[in-house]
Amino acid sequence: MRLVVDLNRCQGYAQCAFLAPEVFAMHGEEALLYHPEADAAQREKLAQAAAACPVQAILVDAVDAPPEAVSDER
Amino acid sequence: MNGDGSLERLRREGRIVVVGASLAGLRAAETLREKGFAGSLTMVGDEPHEPYDRPPLSKQVLLGVTTADRTALPRRRDLDATWRLGVAATGLDMAARRVRLADGDEVPYDRLLIATGVRARPWPRPDEAELDGVFVLRTRDDSAALTRRLADGPRRVFVIGAGFTGSEIASACRERGIAVTVAERAAAPLVGALGGVVGAVAAELQREHGVDLRCAVMVTALEGDAAGRVRAAHLSDGSTVETDVVVVSLGATRNTEWLAGSGLGAGPRGIACDAGCRAFDIRGIVTDDIYVAGDVARSPHPLFGYQFLSLEHWGNAVCQAEIAAHNMLSESADRLPHMWVPAFWSSQFGVNIKSVGVPSMGTEILVAQGSLTDRRFVGVYGYQGRVIGAVAFDHARWLPFYQHLIETTAPFPPPFPLVDRRPDGQRPIDADFPDPSLPTHGPTVTLSGYSPADRRMTFTPAH
Ligand SMILES: Cc1cc2nc3c(=O)[nH]c(=O)nc-3n(C[C@H](O)[C@H](O)[C@H](O)COP(=O)(O)OP(=O)(O)OC[C@H]3O[C@@H](n4cnc5c(N)ncnc54)[C@H](O)[C@@H]3O)c2cc1C
Ligand code: SF4
Repeated sequence: MRLVVDLNRCQGYAQCAFLAPEVFAMHGEEALLYHPEADAAQREKLAQAAAACPVQAILVDAVDAPPEAVSDER
Repeated sequence: MNGDGSLERLRREGRIVVVGASLAGLRAAETLREKGFAGSLTMVGDEPHEPYDRPPLSKQVLLGVTTADRTALPRRRDLDATWRLGVAATGLDMAARRVRLADGDEVPYDRLLIATGVRARPWPRPDEAELDGVFVLRTRDDSAALTRRLADGPRRVFVIGAGFTGSEIASACRERGIAVTVAERAAAPLVGALGGVVGAVAAELQREHGVDLRCAVMVTALEGDAAGRVRAAHLSDGSTVETDVVVVSLGATRNTEWLAGSGLGAGPRGIACDAGCRAFDIRGIVTDDIYVAGDVARSPHPLFGYQFLSLEHWGNAVCQAEIAAHNMLSESADRLPHMWVPAFWSSQFGVNIKSVGVPSMGTEILVAQGSLTDRRFVGVYGYQGRVIGAVAFDHARWLPFYQHLIETTAPFPPPFPLVDRRPDGQRPIDADFPDPSLPTHGPTVTLSGYSPADRRMTFTPAH
């Protein structure tokens, strides 16, 4: 599962790190460091974290495996 | 497009081609579909990979939190596009409305979005740039190659240029326990983007984390051994640094060469477009079928004196792509201007650095909150009596407030009593930006005057 955090928006509230610690962690006092690709096992927690983010900065894949992800290296 | 139904036809069965399949290209394509575009969509990208995110390449990837091949961007929706990946666009025929591809194909379009971004400026001497162990960092492949080399446990990494990317690389290396030397032509790191007052704080941060930081020096040569591996860097102060890895972080070059001779207002400064993302041709006339977004674009911003701004910022690519997509499908009265207030972030040496507005336009800086010595502060930039930008070191939550001041062209220095003010913040001081005619590693915002087809640009590489 791919994700990206809009770090312009992120205010470092760390709710995500609390809800999905395998995916999000604070790095220093207020910088967020996250895994851009989370294990499928994290799906539930990731959804919770994305929903809980007070500034809605977390974007999680809406598509499972786009076809171009696997092929097309002409 | 004047209510004669042609816009309706475009939405139903038109052909839209996006050149540059990265952040801006992907977000534009998603927006087109969200807005009901049902025609054919072609994504042309010269990299073999599906769109991926670049900021992690100098952060999470180098730190080993993830790998370069796990940075693909999440999708907001299905695109139903034809992907031409690993194929560069090599030419544009504006009259026939066709894009030429490197494999000889030609793709016709009704609307074209150009989002070809920038590439890393290479070390200017090709024989030295080709030495084994010399890297740049812009792409997924660059990041993978550099990470592999870092995993081999180099004795030292030598970074040329202390802009954001160079500083983040140095930070990641230190965190991994690797010895690092950083050489910067200016007096301090980050000065092109944030000025000398904040640059001095960045310099202290680097030194405190064990970086061997050398400022106000130029790298004069890279030296290889008999096997063609880099072994040392020579500096203008006469010193030599032995190293097995060199990372060249001298800023970026805009990917516009493929448009040469097309008649589009594209050059080394990027592609000029209006606030609605429509590209100018070289005559200064705006086109109605060619749009531009992301790092390759430069567009006039009403908040900043309508100067053309080139912004190498993630948030700009996303916002401009969405505006371009919206406008491609809209009647002229429904078009929106790209009025995003510039913003970016960086994290290095454990500090969260964020900025809004255009600090590099500022002449003065006021430390409005916190203090420089604690390295936790907000610095506010003033230009001609108004607030023009702000930067926060571990103080990000305050930035929306300063963004509001910038948007409302609030006076500088701000008249209200400032909270949490320390002695070093009581009065504005010179922000200490270097002479702009002497570029360093390349700031992340470039002001480029007014002429849409301005091709005059001189760059003196920092070597
Ligand atoms: C290491 C690194 C760290 C960064 N960190 C931050 C950060 O912390 N904060 C921040 O705000 N920004 C950051 N950025 C900047 C951010 O990544 C860019 O602003 C963003 O990628 C711009 O997106 P884009 O789509 O406009 O251009 P790009 O991402 O440059 O994409 C352009 C694409 O077009 C392709 N292309 C070029 N020419 C052609 C052609 N002729 N035919 C077909 N395809 C072509 C390119 O290969 C590329 O894939 C960072 C960038 C890098 C490299
Ligand atoms: S919850 Fe949202 S704002 Fe808070 S740290 Fe996570 S991404 Fe940032």
